Amino acid sequence: MATRTVVEGVSIERRKRFSESYLGQWVMTTDHKKIGIMYIVTAFFFFLVGGTEALLIRTQLAEPNGKVLSPEVYNQVFTMHGTTMIFLFVMPMLVGFGNYVAPLMIGARDMAFPRLNAFGYWVLLFGGIFLTSSFLFNAAPNGGWFNYAPLSELTSGCGATAYTCTPGPNADFWALGVLLLGVSSIAGAVNFVVTILRLRAPGMTLNRMPLFVWMTLVTAFLLLFAIPSLSAASILLLLDRHLGTHFYQAAYGGDPLLWQHLFWSFGHPEVYILILPVFGMISEIIPVFSRKPLFGYTFVAWSGVAIGFLSFTVWAHHMFAVGLPPIAQAFFATSTTLIAIPTAVKVFNWCATMWGGKLVLKVPMLFAIGFVAMFLIGGLNGVALAVVPFDYQVTDSYFVVAHLHYVLFGGSVFGIFAGIYYWFPKMTGKLLGERLGQLQFWLFLVGVNLTFFPMHLLGLMGMPRRIYTYPSGLGWSLDNLLATIGAFTIATGVLVFLFNFILSLRSGQPSGDDPWDAFTLEWDTTSPPAVYNFPTLPVVRSRRPFYDKKNPDIADWKMGTH
Amino acid sequence: MRMPIFRKMKRWGTLCTVVALFSILFAACDTGNSPSILNTAGPVAGQEANLFWFILIVACIVFVVVEGWIILNVVRFHARPNSPEPKQTQGNNALEIGWTIVPSVFLFLVLAVTIRTMFGLAQPPGNHVTVRAVGHQWWWEFDYPNDGNVTTADSLYVPVNTVVQIDLVSTNVIHSFWIPQLTGKTDDIPGHNNTMWFKANTTGIYRGECAEYCGTQHAHMDFDVVVLSPADYATWLSQQQQAASSSASGMAAQGLALFKGAGGCSGCHGIVGVDLPSYTSSTAANFIGPNLTHFASRHLIAGGILSTTNIHQYNWANDPACQIVNGQVASPSTCGLYQWLLNPQAIKPGSDMVIGHLTPQQITELIAYLQTLQ
Repeated sequence: MATRTVVEGVSIERRKRFSESYLGQWVMTTDHKKIGIMYIVTAFFFFLVGGTEALLIRTQLAEPNGKVLSPEVYNQVFTMHGTTMIFLFVMPMLVGFGNYVAPLMIGARDMAFPRLNAFGYWVLLFGGIFLTSSFLFNAAPNGGWFNYAPLSELTSGCGATAYTCTPGPNADFWALGVLLLGVSSIAGAVNFVVTILRLRAPGMTLNRMPLFVWMTLVTAFLLLFAIPSLSAASILLLLDRHLGTHFYQAAYGGDPLLWQHLFWSFGHPEVYILILPVFGMISEIIPVFSRKPLFGYTFVAWSGVAIGFLSFTVWAHHMFAVGLPPIAQAFFATSTTLIAIPTAVKVFNWCATMWGGKLVLKVPMLFAIGFVAMFLIGGLNGVALAVVPFDYQVTDSYFVVAHLHYVLFGGSVFGIFAGIYYWFPKMTGKLLGERLGQLQFWLFLVGVNLTFFPMHLLGLMGMPRRIYTYPSGLGWSLDNLLATIGAFTIATGVLVFLFNFILSLRSGQPSGDDPWDAFTLEWDTTSPPAVYNFPTLPVVRSRRPFYDKKNPDIADWKMGTH
Repeated sequence: MRMPIFRKMKRWGTLCTVVALFSILFAACDTGNSPSILNTAGPVAGQEANLFWFILIVACIVFVVVEGWIILNVVRFHARPNSPEPKQTQGNNALEIGWTIVPSVFLFLVLAVTIRTMFGLAQPPGNHVTVRAVGHQWWWEFDYPNDGNVTTADSLYVPVNTVVQIDLVSTNVIHSFWIPQLTGKTDDIPGHNNTMWFKANTTGIYRGECAEYCGTQHAHMDFDVVVLSPADYATWLSQQQQAASSSASGMAAQGLALFKGAGGCSGCHGIVGVDLPSYTSSTAANFIGPNLTHFASRHLIAGGILSTTNIHQYNWANDPACQIVNGQVASPSTCGLYQWLLNPQAIKPGSDMVIGHLTPQQITELIAYLQTLQ
């Protein structure tokens, strides 16, 4: 294709550069908005992959003695379900939103390190492809998403004498994949910390920063301190597997528990990495759709920081059954109980934000309210799990599966969809269909409860986790069937969303710049924003700079609030 | 106006649907047949279950209060055409302090009960039966070190009303030992000497499971706990301590010959009196498969993969389907042991039971012999 370049009255034809082509604009971009979209789209693709894996699991478990999947395949599928959802869906999705929205919210032109930003994305994509390609070799990781030693060192989890199978590279795919993804996370985390601390518009003190930016900042610090633990553990694993070391092998003086301590020192902060940005999104959406500011801003912000610090003190609550000394168990029970407090404070503040408001029950708000309702259940069964002797019974059972899915699906995923419906208009200039969105919301709400509530009962009835089938006659069959029906209900909701998404991209209602009459700076731009974001530096005199601009007579800073 | 009436119906309709849906979720709450942690048969599980009920009450209170607040917010404050613009309240410090302190009090109460129960669950001093539980991939071995090192598998026999101490051993991967109706689990970790205890208050059979993902057949590493009266237990123990007879008659003799010879069984399985001088022989450790000395006295085989729904009524040897009538197994397709010997990899793929093809005649002879191992 030819382009014309005009220089002082002389016009020269030249070939279009790759960076000017449609593909090139995406492949070579360093713009945080494009990178954010790439993260989000990639993450959504992996959501579909992980969701398919979930449906396979639920189909196999719908009935006792299921024959849908062999144990070898099932064990790969459940491992990859967890690994994909955590590392390739939720984390990149939240980084994607952080990338797109955070610089706009602080009135910045871009992230502090645009090329590092692009690097982080491409490493994620490569890591995700690498990890998922393992299925093509029938060597997908099969040791669980947590990949405990020494099972991970028996290579493909064969019987002790390896009569019936040959060792495989499953655990190598996992360790190398996770190392690569860790690099992407650290790159992103560094970028967020510097951007948020150094590129805020004048007048935007930390005390006036949107909650989503606060939570992204805390999450970035968590990543910086947690990912190295995982990387170290993975490197030691690769050394054991290939270079003859024995870090995790008891017979040579090593200890399998070393893996668990290193892994969960990552793994627990990780779950807060998966939820804190979502807390931030909810803290933006509920105020806008309640038509009043967030209640207790300072408490919500600082409870996020408290959760960040405390998240490093609770890791062994994943290890209550391993035989730790009782004093140690009591310490971790205490720290786990403590961390529930700042979380409860947030929930109360969100409820108080709605109280006395004028609730606009559009789809982002439906998902946000659904989030609070579902995350509460996850929090309650989480506190139950902190009761150590009760945990001895239900750890490693379906009760924990219920807990983690209420907080990760009822929590993170509901929050992510709230964010998608909220910020889609800013990113595309179109609104996502309201009716289809409502349908998706109700399918999700019913589906999540139908899938995961019965799992509490299954755990109480003695069903362990990670089993590829179960016998009849134990009273487990009905609840498993209900869970499978629920899973397909959720899947229907996902299909509704995909339909809505495609329809809205093509012919959705134009949104304008500020469809929700929102409060924060990202809405003070065109939809989508120009590549430079803001033509002039925004004026920030309170926590709601855009609200102030639109309502100069009752601006927050005029009313004596922050 | 039509609207208000319709809205009331819609509200009730929604409420009824929600209640109906929720009641489905509590379906199958009847835990009659289940190895439920709430259907306790011993003091350890009993205390752990009491904690559950306590937690449930606290959780329900919080659930009703907070979900109620959410629903109240939606019902009372959702935007209506004549809703006023809300007051732009920023916060209330007194409220913040209040709702930080109140949950903290609740939570610390829960913590106190937790810690008190934890320390109260220490093993009581005094007499106990000690069993070594060895986790293999994928079956449980049970040794009785103080009773001639009797070595069994899959079924754990214990006396009622007696403290049973379980010493957990693994030389391969991490497993976890769980008997929901008797006690919470403890992990079985290579290189660690984890020990746990339980006591059963009533005789009966209780389901046990491996509860830590340990590879391909983690799902089939069940065991059962057979709780006997002290007299029955003593009988069982002394019987287990006897060697198996080194000779047999009729079909069983062919079976014994197969076991020692062409069948290849003695390469992996020890039978005291046949290919193993005693439970404590040094060669015992060379057998990678379960000790079969009193195989016919066990309920479960192969990690529980062939447990029948009538598991509480008889063990495999009494299963009518496995009785030999006129030189034939009564019902080969429903006799678990027959199917296992016919094609173990089809039943438990990945297990170490890799055997050559056996003819139906050979399988019948082996079953006849194994039935003598009472």
